[in-house]
Formats: sequence, C-alpha cells, structure tokens
Amino acid sequence: MLQIRFHGRGGQGVVTAAEMLAVAAFLEGEHAQAFPSFGSERMGAPVVSFCRIDDREIRLREPILEPDALIVQDPTLFKAMDVFQGLKSDGYLLVNTNKTLAELGLGAIVAKLPAGHARAVPASELALKHVNRPLPNAALLGAFAAMTGIVHLKSVNAAIRETFPGKVGEANVAAATAAYEALASAPAAA
Amino acid sequence: MLKQIEGSRAMAEAIALCRPEVICAYPITPQTHIVEGLGEMVRTGELQNCEFINVESEFGALSVAIGASAAGARAYTATASQGLLFMAEAVYNASGLGLPIVMTLGNRAIGAPINIWNDHSDAMSMCDAGWMQLFAETNQEAVDIHIQAFRLAEELSMPVMVCVDGFILTHAVERVDIPDQADVDAFLPPYEPVQVLDPRQPLSIGAMVGPDAFMEVRYLQHHKQTLALGLIPDLAKEFEARFGRSSGGLLRTYRTEDADLIVVAMGSVNGTIKDTIDRLRDDGLRIGLVTLVSFRPFPAEALRDALIRAKHVVVVEKSFSVGMGGQLANTVGLALRNNRVAPQVHSVIAGLGGRSITRPSLERVFRQAWVQPWEGMHFLDLNQTVVAKELQRVSKVRRSGPTAENILRHLRESARRPAAE
Repeated sequence: MLQIRFHGRGGQGVVTAAEMLAVAAFLEGEHAQAFPSFGSERMGAPVVSFCRIDDREIRLREPILEPDALIVQDPTLFKAMDVFQGLKSDGYLLVNTNKTLAELGLGAIVAKLPAGHARAVPASELALKHVNRPLPNAALLGAFAAMTGIVHLKSVNAAIRETFPGKVGEANVAAATAAYEALASAPAAA
Repeated sequence: MLKQIEGSRAMAEAIALCRPEVICAYPITPQTHIVEGLGEMVRTGELQNCEFINVESEFGALSVAIGASAAGARAYTATASQGLLFMAEAVYNASGLGLPIVMTLGNRAIGAPINIWNDHSDAMSMCDAGWMQLFAETNQEAVDIHIQAFRLAEELSMPVMVCVDGFILTHAVERVDIPDQADVDAFLPPYEPVQVLDPRQPLSIGAMVGPDAFMEVRYLQHHKQTLALGLIPDLAKEFEARFGRSSGGLLRTYRTEDADLIVVAMGSVNGTIKDTIDRLRDDGLRIGLVTLVSFRPFPAEALRDALIRAKHVVVVEKSFSVGMGGQLANTVGLALRNNRVAPQVHSVIAGLGGRSITRPSLERVFRQAWVQPWEGMHFLDLNQTVVAKELQRVSKVRRSGPTAENILRHLRESARRPAAE
C-alpha cells in the first residue's frame, strides 16, 4: 500500500488534490481512498488530506502516520508545523516552490532521501500561467506522476477532467502537463 | 457500475435508485452532501416523481417525512448529531406510528462542547426510540444497506436509521459499485403502505391511547423488531443473490473460528481493527472480530453464538453513557447473561469527538486484554496528563471555570513547552 499525505492551506484545493489522485489510481485499476483531515475549513488555515493506493481493498481508516510521499502545496508550512512527521526513509517529497529545496533550508531532509525522491516544482506559477489562478493542485499531481511513476500523467489528466469539466479542466490539464514535463526533462538535483 | 466516488454522493445515488417520493432536507454537517446530491438529482430530473422539500429545521424535516409517509409516499431524510436531538419527539412518533421512513444518520458527536467530528453518541441517544439501526462498515455497505433498509422498513412498517460514520465515510472518496436501476427495482418493489391517509377512506392515525391499550401497542412494536431479526438476514441473503456481494445482515465474523479473544465493534472502525487483527495473528495471537451491523434490533442470540467460545471479548465503541459505561459493551454483556460459562467482557471507549483510532493503539489495548484484563471502561489514548492537571486545578479552586476551555488552555501550554519535558 502506498500512502500519500498532502499539506496545504484552506483554499488551495488540498482535499481535491487527494481526491483527484485517488481517481487517477482508480482509472488504472487500483483501489484508492482519499479523505480530508476534517478540520474546521478556513481559508489560509493549514489543511491536511490523505490518499491511499493499493492493489486490494483498503480497510484502514486511520490518518496517514507514515507517508510514502508528501506533497506540500505551500512552502510557508515548514515553519508552522512538522510537515515531515513519519515520512519513510525511502519516501518522496514534492514541494510547490519557485526556489530550490536547498534555498528553503531543506538540504538535510533531501540528503536523507534517495536521489531523485525530493523535487521542487513551481506549481503555483504554472497554474497562474495556464489557469489564471494560483491553484497548484493539478500541476503538483502532474509533477508527482513524473517524480514517482505511481500514476501516469494520462490518468492524472483524466481525473482532472472528471473533477473540472470544460475549459477549467483543460487549463488544469495544461498546468499538470507542463509540471510533468518540467520534472521529466530536468535533472533530479532540484 | 464501479465508481471512484465520495461516500455521500454514492449514498445519494443509491437512495435515488430506491425511488423516494418525498425527501425532506435540512443541512447539518456531516450529512449535508447526501441531501445536496439528492436535491441536485431532483432539480436535473435525474430523480423523477420525487418532491424535494426544504424545511426550516430537523423537527420539520422528520415531521414532513411522517406526513408524507402516512399519506403513502416513500419518504427519506437525513441528519446528524444535534439535528437528531432536535427532531427527537418526531423520532419517537415515526416509530410509534409505524411509519417506514428511512433516515441516514451521518454519525457525529453531541455537544456541549460543540464538536462536528465523528462518534456514535447521536445514534445511541435514539437507540431506544423504536427505530431499527443498521451500521455501515464501508461506503459500499452504506449504499447496499440503504437499498435493504427501504425494503426492511416497508415490509415491517417500521422506520430504519442507516448509521454511517461522519467524515470517515461520508467524506471519503473510494471505490463503490453503484447498482443498476433494474436490479434495485427488482429487489425493492413500489411502496405498499399498511396504513394510509386517504380522503376517500378517511381514518385517523395517532389516536390517544389509554392504559388499556398502550402496553399492547408497545409490545407489538417490540414484536416487529423481533421479526426483523429474521428478516434482516433474509434480505441480506436475497441481496447477495441478486447483487453478488455480501452486505448488511445482523453481524459478520472475521477470523473468529479458533479465537480466544474476540473484538466487537460497529461501523467504519472495523476496517482498521481487521488490519490490526491480521498483524496480531502473524504474531500467533488467536484473535477475531465480530462486526455488528444491526444494533436495533439487537441480535443477542446470534452474538452469543459468535462469542460464547472465546475467553475474552473486547468491545470497542465510539460512545458511552456517562455514569454508566459503553452502551454496546453493556448490551454485549446482556447477550452473554445467564450462560454458565461466558467470556469476560472488557470495554474500550475510543474515537470520541473524532479522535483518530490507530492500529498501534488498538494493538496495545488488545494485547493488554490478554495479559492484564481490566474492569470498567478503558478510554483509548486518553491524555492522562491533561486530565490530572485539570482535576488538580478543580480540587484547589472553587470557581475553576469551564472544563472544555481549561483543557484547551492546558493543551496550549504543554504545546509551548519543549518536547523533552
């Protein structure tokens, strides 16, 4: 079973991100479970959401305590809380930022993870460019597909189109594809 | 059709497949998405021949459902927590009048202190109100139980509450097989009321009943629920034959064949418990699980048969009666009463107000039941430090203030202190 934890702030589509990843995994024939952390939902407050993916029925209902991957939608969270809690030693880390992870002061964390398992992607910037709004969730899922191969970009894009029909969906697909290509083409030393 | 879908949406689609004729809705977290989904289906015409009535309160919601049901319509509503309390008088009326309403309860704690998260206090507050109460373990089962619930309610002319864990199920997006309309139609025939208000044949429902007849009415209400003990498994079998999967029934067992210790629980926590049991089985512990689906009627006989050969029974429940104990644990004890040799019953109160129930905590308490069984209630993951501080404060200061606010202050203070302390 793969367990992915999303960290972001209210209004950034953190819950929707986990749901879209679950749909993408479902489209590939996997079992998947997405759920929010059920806090009081306020704009700007830290929000956590979860996604589990497995090739058999998922029975577990506890929050994800030891994630295989972390997707951080807002880099200001590193100062507010221990985002890395429970992250497995061979886990993945994906951060939405236009800086490098070293510039964010995450050098020590990155060094502990296997090569290529920690990446930065300017997801908000890509969303601004393609969607006209700084909502990073779709772009992050594209980048996640490139970094981990846990789901394919094609499934991510299908999940985005299912969640946002019409023009908004297409714009988000463009953001996800751009993020995918940015990571797939760039060296993993980000 | 297999879908990756939010639990609430899946339930809304299942309820629509049951062709309700009146839906009364008043929003309250965490059930709101269900009636929102149904409202949308009525508006778009996806759900035909159904009146969606927005009411002014939960009391209004169930009262309108009572009127609709008495007039011969298949009626549905949903609520949670304080909403259920606000409709309490109507809850008793629906069952006392024998009206086959189906209501979803998105299980949530009851205040004060106010809390929007999941536990089973709301269901337990109305467990003696004469409704049948069925608890879903997964969203698939929630879908399936709703379909069975209309059939069950209408065959016995008695209302059914379908209990689904708020947020944990209602807000989870997971794989659910949504049945075909043709199969649901074949399983659930149109509503044929046993009593109906009809201007062409006037009659009254809800007469004043004196001491000469009241006890008989109540006795017959109980009699219906004893009939349900037979009907619920029959419906589950028929459902399985038609839909190809097992859902509902009175209870289910998991790895109990040779178990010395059997856990009993209701609702979504059963999944986490199964994963914990697999882990303990790997270590050679003989442990199993009974998942109770039907809390009302309470299947005392089936439960006794499932538990009687165990040495220990650990009841994990998300509610308790203050000053008394866990309602489920007490009732499990009742099922084992008067048996010469019966397992010891140990009560675990867990997940109150939405506290996470994790595998490590469950594993610890299950192991403890073997080596150090306890009397009374064990509160899983209770913060003993905070409790002790508050008790100390209260013992020193007469005007010690509100408990909830004091606890929050203790927590803030301990969070500020360095972790080493």
